[in-house]
Amino acid sequence: MSYEIRQNGDSRSFPTGDAIFDAAIGGADIVLFLGTPPATVLPEADRTAILVELDTECLGAHTGESAGEEGSSVLGFARYRNGDDPPSDLIELVRQPNSDKDAIAAAKSLFESVGFTVCVCSDQAGRIIDRLVRPKYNDALRFLDEGLATAKDMDLTCCMGLGYPDGPIERVERGGMARHYQITHALFETYGAQGFAPARRAVVANARAGAPEKK
Amino acid sequence: MTGKIKTVGICGAGGTMGAGIAIVAARAGFETVCYDTAADALSRARAQTDEFFGKSVERGKMSADDRDAAMARLSNTTDLGGLAGCDLVIEAVFEELTIKQKLFRALNGICAEHAIFASNTSTLSITEIASGCGREDKVVGIHFCLPAQLMKLIEMSPGINTADSIFDAAWAWTEAVGQIPVKTQDKPGFILNALLVPFNNDCIRAVEAGVASPADIDSAIKAGLGYRMGPFELIDLIGLDTQIRLSEAFYPITFDTRAAAPPLLRRMVAAGRLGRKSGSGFFDYAGNGMYGG
Repeated sequence: MSYEIRQNGDSRSFPTGDAIFDAAIGGADIVLFLGTPPATVLPEADRTAILVELDTECLGAHTGESAGEEGSSVLGFARYRNGDDPPSDLIELVRQPNSDKDAIAAAKSLFESVGFTVCVCSDQAGRIIDRLVRPKYNDALRFLDEGLATAKDMDLTCCMGLGYPDGPIERVERGGMARHYQITHALFETYGAQGFAPARRAVVANARAGAPEKK
Repeated sequence: MTGKIKTVGICGAGGTMGAGIAIVAARAGFETVCYDTAADALSRARAQTDEFFGKSVERGKMSADDRDAAMARLSNTTDLGGLAGCDLVIEAVFEELTIKQKLFRALNGICAEHAIFASNTSTLSITEIASGCGREDKVVGIHFCLPAQLMKLIEMSPGINTADSIFDAAWAWTEAVGQIPVKTQDKPGFILNALLVPFNNDCIRAVEAGVASPADIDSAIKAGLGYRMGPFELIDLIGLDTQIRLSEAFYPITFDTRAAAPPLLRRMVAAGRLGRKSGSGFFDYAGNGMYGG
């Protein structure tokens, strides 16, 4: 399965030097748009699949939508990454209602052939991971503010009681509180559900990230 | 105070959690009185305990002499009066407030004045459980994780009226039996269930919303976050009916909509898909087929 890379700016999924760049060739079956994709992405007649790297936006922002009938050989994807942690081995592959089945199969085959776990999801904000874990991180941050337990004890409880490799506070701190704000802000804007509203600590971190340094 | 705890009583010792707590206490050298209303459940639990200790000996985790001594420290009773000599009584009975309150009120008339009462509740308020029992200052939350005989974590919560010295004594006892306690406030679900119950419901709602199949969600969570078990594997393990019970314990207290049981969960329970224990839940354990998708 051959692929071509078209890059515009930094890619969160595949940072400079990633092995994915080694086998890329021009004119291949599959095109990967890395970094900031074009405002509009269209199918290309001689390509099996066009894969658009997504950040917090939906694929429909680049393809347009049409009363639930949308879908083509243009798919979205993101390699899950907790803030600035190294990217994981998970690819969330984003489809629309009428996405081309051959395009999905080709995209899965490509990513799996280079060692990724591929999970297919519909085109909804937060895809799978952020939609599910960001409210939990918000809960943990709120519990911390309310004095339910210390950050250390909450993390220890999740590791020992649930077998997680790290606790929610440790993880969200490591990934960057301002990044947590960006993601939850986008989710809250889409869904309006309280669970997605950025936690107070994330609001503070975001304010500080944008504030000029005091002299 | 810890030194005064010599004998421990376990209420609901015929159940999985109660039997596990009894193992923890007896293994650590405490005389352990196992109470349950059902004699056959106690007999069954004792046989399972004997088997558990037997495996521990086979695996070199304890000597045969230690096993015999631990078994000798365990006694069974179906008479609540049999707990009269206990310094610490831990209840692991059905997760219903009135049942626990009634039990502690009865025990107050039976046990010595110094005896500490502990609740293994995972969701109910320690303060409410203690309310009206007659020794509200001597009631603490000691929440073990399943399976108690293997999991080291304990969530410990004081009620509003719990005396500091009592909490400290109970804390020291959990350490004496080799557990690792963490302190939480007396709030619904403490830490574990307060994070887990809404998260599990969110996962079910994501399936309802057509985000992805249970298999894809589990796979994503494991690959992306490094969890040992996907949320749907976990829900199937704890039981879909249990997830409803937990949700119903949470939602009326917190009014957090994420804690309310999702319609899909209720439909699956109505369809008899309770998880591993019924042979199918979000996954089919007979033929490895999958629900949803």
